[in-house]
Amino acid sequence: MALNDEQIERYSRHILLKEIGAKGQKKLLNAKVLIIGAGGLGCPVGLYLAAAGVGTIGVADADTVDLSNLQRQIAHSTADIGKPKVQSLKESMEAINSDVTVNTYEKFIDSSNIRALIRDYDFIVDGTDNFATKFLINDACVMEKKPFSHAGILRFQGQLMTYIPGQGPCYRCVFKDMPPKDAIPTCRQAGVIGAMAGVIGSLQAMETVKFITGTGKLLVGELLTYDGINQSFRKIKLPPCDGKCAICGEHPSITELKDYEQPACELKL
Amino acid sequence: MAEEIKADEKIDITNLVCPNTFVKTKVVLDELDEGQILEVRLNGGEPVQNVPRSLKEEGHKVLSLNENDDGTFTLFVEKVGD
Repeated sequence: MALNDEQIERYSRHILLKEIGAKGQKKLLNAKVLIIGAGGLGCPVGLYLAAAGVGTIGVADADTVDLSNLQRQIAHSTADIGKPKVQSLKESMEAINSDVTVNTYEKFIDSSNIRALIRDYDFIVDGTDNFATKFLINDACVMEKKPFSHAGILRFQGQLMTYIPGQGPCYRCVFKDMPPKDAIPTCRQAGVIGAMAGVIGSLQAMETVKFITGTGKLLVGELLTYDGINQSFRKIKLPPCDGKCAICGEHPSITELKDYEQPACELKL
Repeated sequence: MAEEIKADEKIDITNLVCPNTFVKTKVVLDELDEGQILEVRLNGGEPVQNVPRSLKEEGHKVLSLNENDDGTFTLFVEKVGD
């Protein structure tokens, strides 16, 4: 498939890059990425991947747009309040680039549906806001041998890492298990600065584009943290899997997925 | 002599402006195999200053660059690398 004249112009700033070129752009157009969560992280990821011409993008989220989302979830607008987030994000993405096919999954992702869902995609982006789903995404991606980008944001802090099967530790190698129930403040109590979603989500989009085009070095075996108060990034080297991880170790104790109890702030009040 | 170089592919970018001159050249060059030769017809001024230089920066081999009677230039470049 050759790039047409409109595509050559649209993606010219990619094509000019030695590391991407027309070949890399074609890889992007042929790629399939699934974004789980159409909120703070999922919005910038979706917009940048659509702009980049990632050919097929899946978006999964069960929620509808709420007024309190608009401070950080930049693909949704005031007129979208009440609309399913996946629909609102899809419309924003398609408005940027009609080259892109957006598949929407307006449902909760759980142990019963996640494996079949991720199977169709090359790369998964975790844009969720709770530990239960983060562990579920990790375990499902390990089982299905899918690479994924993890990220989390809270207050003025953000972090991300990338898992590539067989190349480095998984999320569970690093964080072991769900934190005790009241150890981490809930999102509603703690707050988050809106631009944090943009910073970390954009970094996830960067990891995704680099993975697809085979460019540079990914955050495999490294956790990148960002502190917005001090404007400082830190890269933490992660130990490789010690073989004892409950999901990606030599003798995994987790052999089937289960749904963890959602922390209180995730409950519908 | 430049006239004796046999090109595998030929493009005319005299209707384009920067940066699309180099973008188009790159797109066509990407389709070629290592060692194949692309012939490019380009305008004087900015294109003739920038396109050969950008090609060299990406590691390709500029074989010749000659001015034509009509003021355009003809560039032969050999693809280096994948």
